[in-house]
Amino acid sequence: MPMKIAKATFATLTVLFLVAPLIAILPLAFTSSVILTYPIPSWSLRWFEELFFADAWRRAIVNSLIIGTGTTLLATVLGTAASLGLRNRLILFRGTMRTLFLLPMVVPAVVLGVGMQVLLAGFGLTNSYLGVIIAHTVVAVPFVVVSVTGALAGIDERVELAAQSLGAAPATVFRRITLPLAMPGVLSGAVLAFATSLDEVVLTLFVAGPNQRTLARQMFSSIRENISPAIAAAAFLFIVATVLIGLVVVLSRSMLAKRR
Amino acid sequence: MSAASSRTGRSLLLLAPLLLFLIGFFVWPLFSMMSQAVSDPAVLKLLPRSAEVLADWDRKSPPSAAMQTALMEDLKAVDDDQALGDMVRRLNSARSGFRTLMGKTTGALDDTTNPPADLVSIDKRWEKPEFWLAIADALSPYTDRNLLAAVDFGRNAAGEIEHLPPDQSVNSVILARTFWIAGLVTFFCALIGFPYAIIAASLDGWKRDLMLGAVLLPLWTSLLVRTAAWFILLQEKGLINDLLLTLGIINSPLALIFNRTGVIIAMTHVLLPFMVLPIYSVLITIPKNLMPAAASLGAPPLRAFLRVLLPLSLRGVASGGLLVFISAIGYYITPALIGGPGDQMISSIIAFYATGSANWGMAGALGMVLLVATLVLYSVYARLSSEEPGRR
Repeated sequence: MPMKIAKATFATLTVLFLVAPLIAILPLAFTSSVILTYPIPSWSLRWFEELFFADAWRRAIVNSLIIGTGTTLLATVLGTAASLGLRNRLILFRGTMRTLFLLPMVVPAVVLGVGMQVLLAGFGLTNSYLGVIIAHTVVAVPFVVVSVTGALAGIDERVELAAQSLGAAPATVFRRITLPLAMPGVLSGAVLAFATSLDEVVLTLFVAGPNQRTLARQMFSSIRENISPAIAAAAFLFIVATVLIGLVVVLSRSMLAKRR
Repeated sequence: MSAASSRTGRSLLLLAPLLLFLIGFFVWPLFSMMSQAVSDPAVLKLLPRSAEVLADWDRKSPPSAAMQTALMEDLKAVDDDQALGDMVRRLNSARSGFRTLMGKTTGALDDTTNPPADLVSIDKRWEKPEFWLAIADALSPYTDRNLLAAVDFGRNAAGEIEHLPPDQSVNSVILARTFWIAGLVTFFCALIGFPYAIIAASLDGWKRDLMLGAVLLPLWTSLLVRTAAWFILLQEKGLINDLLLTLGIINSPLALIFNRTGVIIAMTHVLLPFMVLPIYSVLITIPKNLMPAAASLGAPPLRAFLRVLLPLSLRGVASGGLLVFISAIGYYITPALIGGPGDQMISSIIAFYATGSANWGMAGALGMVLLVATLVLYSVYARLSSEEPGRR
């Protein structure tokens, strides 16, 4: 019995340790004070106003959306195509390529950032949106590959063979069978790519110029330089966006499941 | 056969874009970073004529007239002050005294009304072979200087590799600190994560969902948000100090931020999911009746745990530990925001060299050390997880 209590206490405390910090930051987004501490003197939306109307923050949000969208499109197209290619077991160096596709997840961001800055400077792509989108795509692509490969592995190949034997051209099989079945994987890969881009700081630090400051980059420097409750408001947006995106993924999956 | 080959062609066509993209923007940047670490063009770029003449020099005898003329012509031709500064810095690091010598020499060469006959007439030091030796050694386009300096070694005047004096040995301190912090974080993650995973795997229904959800929620949340949250919680007037003061456990606020304690707490929180999930995924494959079987055979709980559950779950602990350790050694954001000056890890130093002082050689060399450490550990991890039974 004491063992059971000890277990329950340990589990509760750890759950608190994991979740409480994320919840504790939320109410501070609505403080009227200029300092980020409890107790909150009175409630106010002034920090959301700051976020949406102060020039630095508003531009950061717009930049994050531009760069996130570009990254999502590029990473999803490249990653999905490559995952489809990886299905073929006859390809030489299949394992090597797979490892290469996943490696950007492993290499420390600072190391990649230094190399990226040297390379992009050579192309004249530093301080440009394209440069930041390319850098973000490199680290976002593994998530697309993992997600789409997983979805493709779940497809029963006999379904495709059946369609083929009934006279469907390869393109038709792909459009009518493979792609719809892999769609949940593609969608969640795209969402993960967007989330990766949204949260990326280190590469942005190396590659982006002052005109490409993203929301995450802006949060990083304002925690460093002048911390204000605008951080909490931005964190609130991040958490709400995470929950919303999660809901979209879950809903689209259940809709797809129903359609089948 | 033709159907198979056309399928292969199609697959290659699908793979090519990402392959080319990653070769261009992932492999190439890493290589150009590494080539920054070993390339050393600062001197060769400005002294092409001297390079030709010095190639025939026996490295012992006093400088010939041809050598002096070549160097004078090279120095007169320099019109880029920044490149000149780079070269002088490079030469001065090989042999101190070059800064004043070069300043005096270029000043005298600029004097067109009264041109100096040779270098020795400008400064007697040009008679000494040591200075010419430093130039000759710096003319090679490649160097191991940065790589040696990254692990606190250097070459002495005779060209032998030796340990740098303690006041210059900062990198090994930072490397040791990086591994120490990463080790501590891994230890705390295992200390919390292993029992947590065991409890989660032993439960079912909503309790298990809750415990897994508590791990997944932080994993899904932005790293920056989590770091910001810890910044707010740990600060001097933060919630943790408030709580402890109200409860009367402490009398004055604890220093929790801008020090090692804060970094370890925040990094353990951020990386704990990477420990729990691999252990959990191994534990749920272990049949549930093994522990009762051990108990029925007379094993006390501790013995049953040590002899049955621990060996079976050790692979999960090893994968989780490696995953946490690999992530931890490359961490930049959390130490940068939560840590003090004494808690900066190797990533911060690389970033400092790259953006702060534009010393690409050192940034590249330290980056190479971090990259190699990461890749070696990752290959161990990949081997461990590919041996998992039940995986494709």
